[in-house]
Amino acid sequence: MAVSVDEAVSTGPARDRTPPARRLGGRGRSALEVALLTVLAVVMLFPVLWMIETSIKENRDVYAVPAQFFGFTVTMDHFKDVFVGPDGGRSALSVAFLNSAVVAGVSTVLATVLGVPAAWAYSRLAVKARKDQLFFILSTRFMPPVVVVIPIFLMYRQVGLIDSKLGLILIYTAFNVPFTIWMMKGFVDEVPAEYEDAAMLDGYTRLQAFWRFTLPLLVPGIAATAVFALIFSWNEFVFAIFLTSSDSVRTAPPAIAGLIGGTTTDWGLVAAASVVFALPVLVFAYLVRKHLVAGVTLGAVRR
Amino acid sequence: MAGIEVTALHKRYPDGTVAVDHVDLSIDDGELFVMLGPSGCGKTTTLRAIAGLERQTTGDIRIGDTLVNDLLPAERDIAMVFQFYALYPHLRTRDNLAFPLRAEGLPKAEVRERVAEAARLMRLDSLLDRRPRQLSGGEQQRVALARALVRRPRAFLMDEPLTNLDAELRADMRTEIKHLQGELGTTMVYVTHDQVEAMSLGHRIAILNKGRVEQIGTPLEVYNRPASLFCAAFIGSPPMNLIEVEVADGKLRSQGGLVLTPPPGLPRDRRLVAGVRPEALEVTEPGAQRSVPARVVSAEWLGDEIIYAIDHSGQRDVRVRMPPTVRFAADAPVGLRHTGGTPTVYDVHTEELVA
Ligand SMILES: Nc1ncnc2c1ncn2[C@@H]1O[C@H](COP(=O)(O)OP(=O)(O)O)[C@@H](O)[C@H]1O
Ligand SMILES: [Mg+2]
Repeated sequence: MAVSVDEAVSTGPARDRTPPARRLGGRGRSALEVALLTVLAVVMLFPVLWMIETSIKENRDVYAVPAQFFGFTVTMDHFKDVFVGPDGGRSALSVAFLNSAVVAGVSTVLATVLGVPAAWAYSRLAVKARKDQLFFILSTRFMPPVVVVIPIFLMYRQVGLIDSKLGLILIYTAFNVPFTIWMMKGFVDEVPAEYEDAAMLDGYTRLQAFWRFTLPLLVPGIAATAVFALIFSWNEFVFAIFLTSSDSVRTAPPAIAGLIGGTTTDWGLVAAASVVFALPVLVFAYLVRKHLVAGVTLGAVRR
Repeated sequence: MAGIEVTALHKRYPDGTVAVDHVDLSIDDGELFVMLGPSGCGKTTTLRAIAGLERQTTGDIRIGDTLVNDLLPAERDIAMVFQFYALYPHLRTRDNLAFPLRAEGLPKAEVRERVAEAARLMRLDSLLDRRPRQLSGGEQQRVALARALVRRPRAFLMDEPLTNLDAELRADMRTEIKHLQGELGTTMVYVTHDQVEAMSLGHRIAILNKGRVEQIGTPLEVYNRPASLFCAAFIGSPPMNLIEVEVADGKLRSQGGLVLTPPPGLPRDRRLVAGVRPEALEVTEPGAQRSVPARVVSAEWLGDEIIYAIDHSGQRDVRVRMPPTVRFAADAPVGLRHTGGTPTVYDVHTEELVA
């Protein structure tokens, strides 16, 4: 944490530049804001920076006392180790990353395909006891995974889903569908039902009206929802570690966790694996960042 | 083209709300029929039931000679214009207009021709390549109207299409809609909560209240003989004065001594209310002939007329419409005189017209 203190102190001059006699509002406040934000940014980003640094340090620099922030030898060996096994073939970690991508991707697609039409139905159709149903759907998320993992484990063992990607995909889908329904219902509610009404009067069936008019307007909402579902599945640890055991099925979070422990821990490898693990989500979230905050309709809504 | 017959319509939403209690309507072929009523009285629900967007709980709907209860919206051959215009946001005006025709599978040449015709009718030629968000509210409304008429449906349904426009534009569009309907001769059901719009547009008006029809009639009938206290209070700006009266010596007499000619066939021994239009009263100098003493509460000068609120034996809101040349100060003692013909008379308990 030495660095964060250093950095925090270094923001001092920025504050000093504003003479105390200056008016309290305006620039004075904004300088204070800048200072606070800088402190905040440093505190928040330090672990990330440290992870990235560790991933490109040689192992002896990792353990150096005092810690080295600059001037260490940069190496890409750890990243190579993430993907290439000691025998020159694919490493167990790279298989785990692939598994993670498959499990997260497929479960997100499934949750979206199931959840979006359900959200539309809850928003548009006269569903009996709609509120109760929606509450029930939400209530399935009240249970933390760790509480239900044992019963799930027993059930999975009965039906032979233990240690299979399909098993993980199903459980992640089950967890993401309620979330997708709730989040998408908000987005569907935002799209005026009159588009569909007009389309139905124009000669389309209800389903065609949904498909051709409402769905295109929902794309930003679907993107936002899918990113959240994807992040959940990608990061999920508890189910993954309980329900899988073999290297060929295991996803990245338990695989990375498995690197720690034993007699020695290759912290460089752990850090490199973590960087690789964090990247896809960051990139994906960055790509859809506009949708994450944007309104849903394409305009023309004057109520 | 076709008339529309609504029989004993009743609609209860799944949450238990009874939006339409009992509605009977018989709309003639080629008629411009207005449904008028306060917000929440079931106008939209009735219209959506006619369109097939909402299934009625009980009751029958016929368009032309066809019972349409079980037909899909698309099979009913009607067009609807929504309060929120519902133009497809990702389509240009041209494609918004062509859309219903393409859905029907018309040949391209005919689609182009019909779109051009509708665009000419609604003066949209310069707007054909814009998207909805590049159009003003009035322009969007014209596109919505054009989209409704491009299909040449058997009937138009309009749900408060002018509510989102500003006052001036609304008056223009009103004229335009009326003209268009006359030109095309297509049956139109027009829903509004604005009585001025209803009076100026409708061949006939149905006044709805709490999911029931209170009165159906021409604008003149509805204005001159409101069928219930609700209609009396709803139509006219300011609305009818409702003055409690008693029958005495063959005359109607208010508490403050105002004397009105009773209509024939008045029931006795019932509490009655007389409906008197603001223009059927007159503010006079105090003590003028046949006048009763009263007091000015306030005066609203509207340019071409003055609306006086008069205190008449404790009833403080008797409205009187006077020409702008006659001025009385607030609080001035004045006379109040009835100048019109026979008033309408309502039973206080049933709230209905008795004579
Ligand atoms: N989908 C619905 N579900 C439940 N109640 C509704 C629904 N739509 C309208 N209502 C209720 O039905 C009544 C009539 O509504 P509506 O037909 O929209 O009235 P109006 O168009 O005359 O303002 C209102 O009390 C309204 O709250
Ligand atoms: Mg309405």
